[in-house]
Amino acid sequence: MKIIKLIFKNVLRHKLRNALTVLGIAIAIMFFGVLRTVVDAWYAGVDASANNRLITRHAVSFIFTLPYSYKEQILRIPGVSGVTFANWFGGVYIKPENFFARMAIEPDTYLDAYPEFLVEKDQLEAFKKERNACILGEKIANQFNLKIGDIMPIEGDIYPGSWEFVVRAVYKPRDEKTDATQMLFHWQYLDERMRQDSPSRAGQIGWYVVTIKDPSNAASVSTSIDALFKNSPAETKSETEAAFQQSFVSMSGAIVTAMNFISFVIVGIILLVLANTMVMTARERIREYAVLKTIGFTRGHLITLIAGESLTISLTGGMLGLSLIFPTVDGIAANIPSGMFPIFKVTPTTVVLASLTAIVVGVVAAVFPVWRATSLRIVEGLRQVA
Amino acid sequence: MAIPFTYTLRSLFTRKLTVALTILGIALVVFVFAAVLMLAYGVEKTLKSTGYTENVIALRKGSENELTSGVDRDLANTLLALPHIAKDPATGRPVATKEVVTIINLLKFSSNDMGNVTVRGVNQEAMLMRPVVKVVDGKMFSEGSHEVIVGRNIQKRFQGAQLGQSIKISGDSWTIVGVFESGGTGFESEIWGDVELVMGSLNRLGAFSSVTMRLQDNNAFEDFKATLETDNRLQTLKVEREQEYYDRQSRFMAIFIRILGLVITIGFSAGAVIGAMITMYAAVANRTVEIGTLRALGFRRRSIMFAFLMESVLLATIGGVMGLVIASGLQFFTISTMNFGTFVELAFNFSLSPEISIYSLLFSLAMGLVGGFLPAARAARLDILSALRAS
Amino acid sequence: MSLIEVKNVSKSYRRDTQTIPVLSNISLSIPEGQFLALMGPSGSGKTTLLNLIAGIDKPSSGQVQVEGVEITSLSESALSQWRSHNVGFVFQFYNLLPVLTAFENVELPLLLTKLNKSEKRQHVEMALKVVGLAERMGHYPRQLSGGQEQRVAIARAIVTDPKIIVADEPTGDLDKNSAAEIMVLLDRLNKEFKKTVVMVTHDPRAAEKANKVMHLDKGELTS
Repeated sequence: MKIIKLIFKNVLRHKLRNALTVLGIAIAIMFFGVLRTVVDAWYAGVDASANNRLITRHAVSFIFTLPYSYKEQILRIPGVSGVTFANWFGGVYIKPENFFARMAIEPDTYLDAYPEFLVEKDQLEAFKKERNACILGEKIANQFNLKIGDIMPIEGDIYPGSWEFVVRAVYKPRDEKTDATQMLFHWQYLDERMRQDSPSRAGQIGWYVVTIKDPSNAASVSTSIDALFKNSPAETKSETEAAFQQSFVSMSGAIVTAMNFISFVIVGIILLVLANTMVMTARERIREYAVLKTIGFTRGHLITLIAGESLTISLTGGMLGLSLIFPTVDGIAANIPSGMFPIFKVTPTTVVLASLTAIVVGVVAAVFPVWRATSLRIVEGLRQVA
Repeated sequence: MAIPFTYTLRSLFTRKLTVALTILGIALVVFVFAAVLMLAYGVEKTLKSTGYTENVIALRKGSENELTSGVDRDLANTLLALPHIAKDPATGRPVATKEVVTIINLLKFSSNDMGNVTVRGVNQEAMLMRPVVKVVDGKMFSEGSHEVIVGRNIQKRFQGAQLGQSIKISGDSWTIVGVFESGGTGFESEIWGDVELVMGSLNRLGAFSSVTMRLQDNNAFEDFKATLETDNRLQTLKVEREQEYYDRQSRFMAIFIRILGLVITIGFSAGAVIGAMITMYAAVANRTVEIGTLRALGFRRRSIMFAFLMESVLLATIGGVMGLVIASGLQFFTISTMNFGTFVELAFNFSLSPEISIYSLLFSLAMGLVGGFLPAARAARLDILSALRAS
Repeated sequence: MSLIEVKNVSKSYRRDTQTIPVLSNISLSIPEGQFLALMGPSGSGKTTLLNLIAGIDKPSSGQVQVEGVEITSLSESALSQWRSHNVGFVFQFYNLLPVLTAFENVELPLLLTKLNKSEKRQHVEMALKVVGLAERMGHYPRQLSGGQEQRVAIARAIVTDPKIIVADEPTGDLDKNSAAEIMVLLDRLNKEFKKTVVMVTHDPRAAEKANKVMHLDKGELTS
């Protein structure tokens, strides 16, 4: 028999207590993992950014529009290989809960800037030809059962009125990080309507997407773009796509901080529950530890026994919790509008963090019982009533 | 005959470390629970209270808030000519304020990041319609000059927003001549200036963002709303009570905070409950002989169950009070985040209400009951003889 | 020189602010092969003396030498090792680990040695045979009677073949017949297997098997 066998036998000694502890740890780790996944989903936009794309938007706030005329000027800046743009359209598709990105774009240039959106050639051509055609991300097409040729009626809010689009293309995401929930249509369609209904709003775009030849030039190209429009009525702010996405995250920074804080609280609770169990267990075994010491077992052996028991419980709870994270995340993803968190997956980092948590908690929870057991004198331990 | 409460109380002291750990676990859960509720309430309070019960706000139909709304001058005048609108007895003019809302960027003190700040173009009537707003430092801006007053929150949290300094709106420079407070409502995160000049800077002399007005008869709101639906000229407008408007601004945030926070809290409260359960099971196991003795003395099963349940509830309540007390300390902190609805930054406080305190304590009570129930039942079911023989 | 030399040993305990003397200036020699019974009223310090000889406690002053080694000056870890090779301890309440079978309990001291699996098995089986419980090796303590548990404990005490067996009230918790069996076993260990046995007891019948009896009263040897 090895010491390991003794550890396992000791764990099985208190089936109810240890089962409850494992359960408690598993539940807490599951929530820890889910919370981290929500935080990761928040940052998904940042992760999906390409380092050769810049976003140029209105300096004050991206909710203000920029003139269409800026496009030609930006194109002429050295280092720029392409300029396209988009307008956030918003609106309501059937129900307000059906949230996903709906944007007006320049059909000839937009998809060049986003090679991670994969579209079949003939679909793309069909989309470009028709004025009220639209491209849908695969996930949205599947969620609403929309096929090529279907009509999408949208009730506009930012741009009031009833709008109709025909699905002419579906794009697939190139990899896991790519957003597959966008709906894109012709900016000309929007502009024509604005010329009729609200002329003051025509000729305006939301933000420019600037592709640059060399990613290391990002900062200097950004500065050049902004310098062009300084002191004009619509000043611009240009930055890498990652920085742009990051600014969204930062705006709700407090919420993310709060979620991270809650993650720590959860870890704290796991620790308390396990420490509680280990303290109780160790207290009941004082006499046994004294006997082992009498036989000649050392401090090191005792540490192995106690920490081993603690780790066995915490790792079992950790593995159980981990296995619960995945179905829970899938369940949540199925119930929130897919456009809200386009990427909602458990990342390897989360798995690593959860496992590390289980290990660290297993070790820390054993600290006090170990200290007690090793510092106690044999004779006092023998005197203890079990 | 009930087992004396002192038995329950003293039993807790015999296993100090275990009891302390369990209490701490529950305190932690209640802390987060209360904090989440306090934040949601703080969000609501700040935004809701901004709306004055008697004010009615008109926006362009389809716009969720003032920022994206536009109301033509003519349209505004047509609206204010309706008989429903209250009139100032002295001047005969409608009791209303036509305002324009935009945002500018200012540098924060705390993080060296830029933050969006709301700028509201107002006239003197705005002060009348919002009596809670008071200029506390400096003076009110003079109509017709490039002067502004800043809300207390802005003055505190942004660089370049002190009395005497100036800010830029669309390239024009405006001097800060006063600081105003508004009882903690959303206006304190705004900058106010002369409406006509602000519109000029923005190059949108033709349209306001919103019209806020009072009705002759506040109860006739539905009637007023119906009139607009049928009037051809006014079909592009929608009206709602100012309180409802601000409530809507905060609703998404408040719901989001509540749902996320509560789901997670209640979820991981399972951990704390399990901790309590483990502690109570151990207590029962260790006091088996005592229990047998008490039964032999004549105490009934249900008294035993009650005593142990009480112990668990007492544990949990102490934890709950602890968590609540620590949470109440959060009231000294201000969180600033982006309001998801408007993308504008707002500062929120944690606000403790009596309801939140009660909910928190009830929650801890529930944790104590759930955690203690099974162990207490086990204690009650012990057979006297085998209990006495246990060692 | 005797196997065990106790030289001018004193031991006192601290309780809050008071110092309570337990042993006062004890000296004795225990030659190899002796079966010594230490008797005396409660609180006389006999268990304390036993603990000092077994190396699980250290005196406040004085020395304890075993086979020439001054165990009182050994470090914790050296003392642990010394114990595992030289002393077998038998307790009043057996102190078997409830989660281990009889076999595994007896095997415990061998985990500290470098013997391989079959060598360990040999030693355990032999020890269990000596105490007459070979057929119960797969049983857990809760499946054994008091007397049987104590015999397993004795098997554990002899499995590393130590020179010294130390027993603290070995029959204290047993009925008359079981007690007698245990004493016969201890006697056999002493006479047949040449172990030096130091036993603390209340029981005059247990002391009969010893070939030397000493009395302790209030921390002093009286005979």
